[in-house]
Amino acid sequence: MSRFPDAWTAVRGRPTRFLLSAWPWRALAYVASTVPIGLAWLILLLVMLAVGGATVIVVAGLFVLAGIPVLARLAAASERRRLRLIFPGRPAHQPPDPQPGRVSWPETGVTVLLATVFWLVDAALLLLLLTVPGALLLAPVLVRRDRLDLAGWRVDTSGEAWMAAGAGLVALILLAYAITVLACGQAALVRHLLDPPEARLAEAVQQLRRSRSGLVDAFETERRRIERDLHDGVQQRLVALTMTLGSAELDLPDGPGLDLVREAHQQAEQALADLRTTIRGIHPQVLTDHGLAAAVHEIAGRFPVPVHLDLALHGRLPPAIEAAAYFFISENLTNVARHAGARSAQVHAWTEEHALIVSVVDDGSGGADPQAGTGLAGLRARLDALDGELHIASPAGGPTQVRMTCPIN
Amino acid sequence: MRIVVAEDAALLREGLVRILERAGHDVVAAVADAKELLTYAGNVRPDLVVTDIRMPPTHTDEGLRAAATIRAAHPGVAIMLLSAYVADAYVGELLESTPGGGIGYLLKDRVGHVRDFLDSIDRVAAGGTVIDAEVVRHLVGRRHADGPLAALTDREREVLALMAEGHTNNGIAGELFVSEAAVRKHIGNIFAKLPLDPASDRRVSAVLTYLRG
Repeated sequence: MSRFPDAWTAVRGRPTRFLLSAWPWRALAYVASTVPIGLAWLILLLVMLAVGGATVIVVAGLFVLAGIPVLARLAAASERRRLRLIFPGRPAHQPPDPQPGRVSWPETGVTVLLATVFWLVDAALLLLLLTVPGALLLAPVLVRRDRLDLAGWRVDTSGEAWMAAGAGLVALILLAYAITVLACGQAALVRHLLDPPEARLAEAVQQLRRSRSGLVDAFETERRRIERDLHDGVQQRLVALTMTLGSAELDLPDGPGLDLVREAHQQAEQALADLRTTIRGIHPQVLTDHGLAAAVHEIAGRFPVPVHLDLALHGRLPPAIEAAAYFFISENLTNVARHAGARSAQVHAWTEEHALIVSVVDDGSGGADPQAGTGLAGLRARLDALDGELHIASPAGGPTQVRMTCPIN
Repeated sequence: MRIVVAEDAALLREGLVRILERAGHDVVAAVADAKELLTYAGNVRPDLVVTDIRMPPTHTDEGLRAAATIRAAHPGVAIMLLSAYVADAYVGELLESTPGGGIGYLLKDRVGHVRDFLDSIDRVAAGGTVIDAEVVRHLVGRRHADGPLAALTDREREVLALMAEGHTNNGIAGELFVSEAAVRKHIGNIFAKLPLDPASDRRVSAVLTYLRG
């Protein structure tokens, strides 16, 4: 395959690269296959029209004529596949029929174009391709047997024959371009009819959304893996270390040795405490085990300012959403403690109509700036990835309310 | 005392066995998951089970559930639960699933303080309730607004917190630098102020009231 994403890009690229690429051949395949396919559809259409028209009086004809949209749908499906010759990278699948049984005018249009204009034009160009450059290129061979008449140009010497061959080469190149441009034109028209740009955009957005939510899930899985590794590896080792040191303390007599072991024990415990804080920041285990409500109770329990919780959460939510909501609450309460000068805070969380809504309100001084600091920006990015939203209302003098809404699908 | 130890990390399991054995206890089984724990606890009828909360296969709260099952079948078995992190979400479950005393819930770090740890083991085996000081601190922090504890003074709450951690009157007096008589007076006030379950031990009932909020 070439480095060009599609034939149209290739044809506008550097000539040597285009001519040496597969694109002229793909275009040729597209144009050449149009001829038999178009002819076949023409014959089928004519037969159906003739049979349907002749029998329309006995009603049966109506059924035959009603088969034309079905035919068009088949033709469109085959054209979608053939489009990949010119525009690869587009899925060839048929979009689901929004209203089965209804006539699709774009599909019918494509079929009629294919059965009438396309194959005729393509056949004419192919004929030109086969004859003119062919004859010119073969001139040096042909001139030995006979003289040649090429559209009023009499070629009878060997020198002239070589000139003719040169002209043939130029004609071949021009035709390669002509065929590719023609194929691109036809394919673009077919694509526009069968696969309008809005539909393509909508599909691209859909795909983007899928990949983005996949990324969020992967990110969440990775956080948990790190948390589990720390938990089952480093933390266990540190606990074992404190146990060994604790046992040593019992065995050692008073003296500098015991003092050193006690110091080492204290350091190991501090390391353990730090590790616990780190793990909680990565992904709190209680969130995995007991869900959002329990995890929020934990934060509130550690919080220096009284927090009133009103959590109407029933059952578990998807892990990515639980994690986003947890970090939303955690980050906002941290902000309340650090900046707001609040005397109390309230956390409300509830689900409605396939969405989780969480609000954190404090009675502090207000004036929170969503642009300042990285915490809120990080939360917003996290919510964006889940198609969620973040609203901040923080007039000077307070109160501050931060609210997140996140769809649950 | 006959003890079954359940802990999936081999290093910790061996450490626990070593510490318990050096204190003269008889570790009749040391197992790596909740299924084995249930099997052994049923077969060997230990006096005490020391178990990690989080164990295979799901690494959530197998140990806690296994402890509840054991207690339901053999109410006399004391349980010491160990956890790598403090979650007061477990306390509620613990109290609901294992009524009565003989229950402990400690952070794994505490095991390193060998003497204190062995002391806690003894208290739990004797029917006491020992809750990790850090959990107790959480609970203290958030129980000011309403509930039965609102009637207590700060000092009484402190005394109750130490009771929850499993300290004796003498121990509480030592921690708070007051006389044992003063502690007894505080405890009397606590018993008078809290709505206690007349059927159970007043001390245990007060601690449970405290932990439930």
